[in-house]
Amino acid sequence: MRFLVPVMLLLFLGAASAAEPDELLDDPVLEERAEKIDEQLRCVVCQSQSIAESNAPLAKDLRLLVRERLVAGDTDKEVIAYVVERYGDYVLLKPPVQGNTLFLWGFPALALLAGAAGAFFFLRRPKPAPPAPLSDEEEAEVNRLLDERG
Amino acid sequence: MKRVLLIIPVLLFLVVGVFFYSGLKRDPSAIPSELVDKPLPEFSLPAIEGFDEGFSSEELKGEVVLLNVFASWCVSCHIEHPFLMQLAKDDAIKIYGLNWKEKPGDGKAWLDRLGNPYTKVGDDQAGRVAIDLGVTGAPETFVIDKEGRVRYRVAMPITEAYWNDKLAPMIEELRRQ
Repeated sequence: MRFLVPVMLLLFLGAASAAEPDELLDDPVLEERAEKIDEQLRCVVCQSQSIAESNAPLAKDLRLLVRERLVAGDTDKEVIAYVVERYGDYVLLKPPVQGNTLFLWGFPALALLAGAAGAFFFLRRPKPAPPAPLSDEEEAEVNRLLDERG
Repeated sequence: MKRVLLIIPVLLFLVVGVFFYSGLKRDPSAIPSELVDKPLPEFSLPAIEGFDEGFSSEELKGEVVLLNVFASWCVSCHIEHPFLMQLAKDDAIKIYGLNWKEKPGDGKAWLDRLGNPYTKVGDDQAGRVAIDLGVTGAPETFVIDKEGRVRYRVAMPITEAYWNDKLAPMIEELRRQ
């Protein structure tokens, strides 16, 4: 049964949140909005984590900032814009669709189209003609070889 | 026709190869500063414990200065500090220190022990001014021009070589403007 321990630990991975109890807002609706925003913002210290997951001090400062803005009455979009104004688009875990990201967003569709076109032309290729029937000489040769093997 | 098609994989490889090769020289964790060529955000920092006065963004206007983010808990700041001391000794440029997320007293203890290269030191215990500056770590240094605009950001310790090659010529140029 020991092997179950790592499996069970893995189950908790998805639920990881670095927020400390004293950071949480009393208002559950606001707190839920804050957590959704936290998940979209990159921690600029440990960059593959969101600020919801990171326990870097700077991530904590940003979580507090998000909550402060929400309490002050900002909409979710305004809070995110506030952070982007300071840290740039880089702070968004999901890059926005805009001029310099068109290739990023468009490439999967392009690759799919190119693949589909390739597959289409490959499948449409005429099947090779069936081989011509054996001539009498070849027939005789085949029979001779088969006889030889006994 | 068939033979021409055979060259496509080679071409693809070359394109992708050039792309990846150029990527080797880029630092994927470098976050460009949003502040460059924009006015310094307004702030007013109180004095750190044991000092008499902090400073405000308004005071950084008038001449080319550096704004340096430091903390005693920051390991790379230890590496940078001796060179900042040398800059101060040579009277090369005014350096304003933003003491980032420091426990009260630690900032003064650090400056007492290693020397104080700063014209003025301000306390940013909550780290809120650092967020306004888009600071991602310490040390981080901003070059501020005469009009109080941020002209450049250095997100690593300033070394003598970096100063001579990059910052000194830039500051010379900004002073002439």
